[in-house]
Amino acid sequence: MESIQNWWDFVQTRQDDVIKESLVHLRLVAITVVMATIIAVSVGILVSQRPLLRALALSISSTFLTIPSLALFALFVPLVGTGNMPAIIAMTMYALLPILRNTVTGLDAVSPAVVESAKGMGMNGRQQLVRVRLPLAYPLIMAGIRVATLLTVGIAAIAVLVGGGGLGDFIRLGINQQGFPFANYAVVTGVVFIVLIGLVLDIALATFQRFTTARGLRS
Amino acid sequence: MTTASETHLDKDSASGGGSKIHLDRVGKTYPGSKVPAVEELTLDVPEGEILVLVGPSGCGKSTTLRLINRMIEPSTGRILLDGEDVTRANPDKLRRRIGYVIQQIGLFPHQTIAQNIATVPKMLGWDKTRIQERTTELLTTVGLDPEQFAHRYPRELSGGQAQRVGVARALGADPDIMLMDEPFGAIDPITRDRLQNEFLRLQAELHKTIVFVTHDIDEAIKMGDRIAILGERSMIRQVDTPERILAYPVDDFVSDFIGTGATIKGLNFLKVSSLTLADFPTMADGDSPEAVRGKLQQAGYQWAVVLDAERRPSGWIHQDALGGSGEQAPIEGTLDSDGTLFHALEQMVQSESGMTVVTGASGRFEGVVRMTDLAKAIRRAQVEARRHYDDLEANS
Repeated sequence: MESIQNWWDFVQTRQDDVIKESLVHLRLVAITVVMATIIAVSVGILVSQRPLLRALALSISSTFLTIPSLALFALFVPLVGTGNMPAIIAMTMYALLPILRNTVTGLDAVSPAVVESAKGMGMNGRQQLVRVRLPLAYPLIMAGIRVATLLTVGIAAIAVLVGGGGLGDFIRLGINQQGFPFANYAVVTGVVFIVLIGLVLDIALATFQRFTTARGLRS
Repeated sequence: MTTASETHLDKDSASGGGSKIHLDRVGKTYPGSKVPAVEELTLDVPEGEILVLVGPSGCGKSTTLRLINRMIEPSTGRILLDGEDVTRANPDKLRRRIGYVIQQIGLFPHQTIAQNIATVPKMLGWDKTRIQERTTELLTTVGLDPEQFAHRYPRELSGGQAQRVGVARALGADPDIMLMDEPFGAIDPITRDRLQNEFLRLQAELHKTIVFVTHDIDEAIKMGDRIAILGERSMIRQVDTPERILAYPVDDFVSDFIGTGATIKGLNFLKVSSLTLADFPTMADGDSPEAVRGKLQQAGYQWAVVLDAERRPSGWIHQDALGGSGEQAPIEGTLDSDGTLFHALEQMVQSESGMTVVTGASGRFEGVVRMTDLAKAIRRAQVEARRHYDDLEANS
């Protein structure tokens, strides 16, 4: 109990830093998820009815996930310099797979009878997509975005290594000052607020999803 | 294919100009396949007719249907609607003119029933009030209370209700032509029967031109003004009215397909009014048993119809009961002249006398249908159908 109290004192004395780094962290995540969503949903739509391209897109985005995150972050530094940029690029690459996979799965899961009747009533390809297939795939796409968000919140901690800032700063501080008092408090601060941000974002997205899903699709 | 059905085809293609739907040697061969899925098919559907395409699984009947609204693009031939060649027209615009109902219905689960029905009118740019009026009207037409159903979602409907909505949606912008691919195939038999009857009633008002696909010959007989029996690669084996197909299947394929009991099914199309009812011995109020026995002996019957004071049939009396016990057998229902010979047969087998009583206005006795009358009517229908095909052949 005493150590929790001590940790909390540590957080309070660095309140400004905690808030500032949380906001930086949040911003990184937000930019990444928005970019990844735009790219993954577009690609998902393009490849959904083309089996070959679809397999290609999915395996490329899976490959991104197997690259060690530390290395991926570092790879972009020579290209775009340090700061937010390499972090955002690397994180976007990680966030692609869950969204892409769910977009493709969601679009493919639309009942063939529904698509057949949409086409049979004279909807062109774009109308079928916008009025029928995307609304029906929406719950799955949102689920992918939520997974991507959680993934990104965690990985963003590494952004600090390429000069990106965020709550990873506390973790780095803790590691660098091992043996000093407060070192562990710093690491715990980073971890706790990262988890908190993840939870808050997930609840926010779940609520958003609930209110934006067509009533006929809600369970 | 037999000569008879070929000649019939020739006649159809010759009269193709005036029909609502005209398929001119339409065929489909899938890339990479040497055998066509649909062999060149020529077919006419006159305005207001229900043409049923029926055939064994895999014969290509659904493919044929889907060629008409170009859900599948034909590889050869032309499609003419109202004489207008639509083979190269914009397929989306074409489909908005044609109602399309499929077995799996395919309602949009994320839209309300009203929104589903409004799909085509909305694409055609109707204004809101008109769409609203139309959806309300259509829900009523298909027997669903608009107040109750307009704002429900498809998952809240039973199979039968969903297919009613499917039909309403296909009728959305009041198309002249409807294509229906086994629309009642996935519905339980009782509901299916009701939907079929309601649909026929609806069609009597709407006079749509309908092409209807089924694998069920009984549904074909019930729904079709004409039936096209399709064999492999969608080749027409016989196309004609149900009564003529039942009376005169042109070859073994057709008779195998329509199955046993075709003759009995054919009785559904023959009316009591087509028979000339012979005089029949009756026992009216006040007739003496001796006089009736005399009539029976003269006519060669064992049973007489007992009539009440208003000359309404009240029972059967056997000659042995005359003057003795006077015991009567009940009349198991009567028919009027609008009744079918199928109903006559049904009552006949239930009646102790083996005959069915026909009544006219205000239930008065008109005559009696006997088994021999049915046999004669069937033979006449068969002879007429055969003569029809002989004439076609002679004229070609």
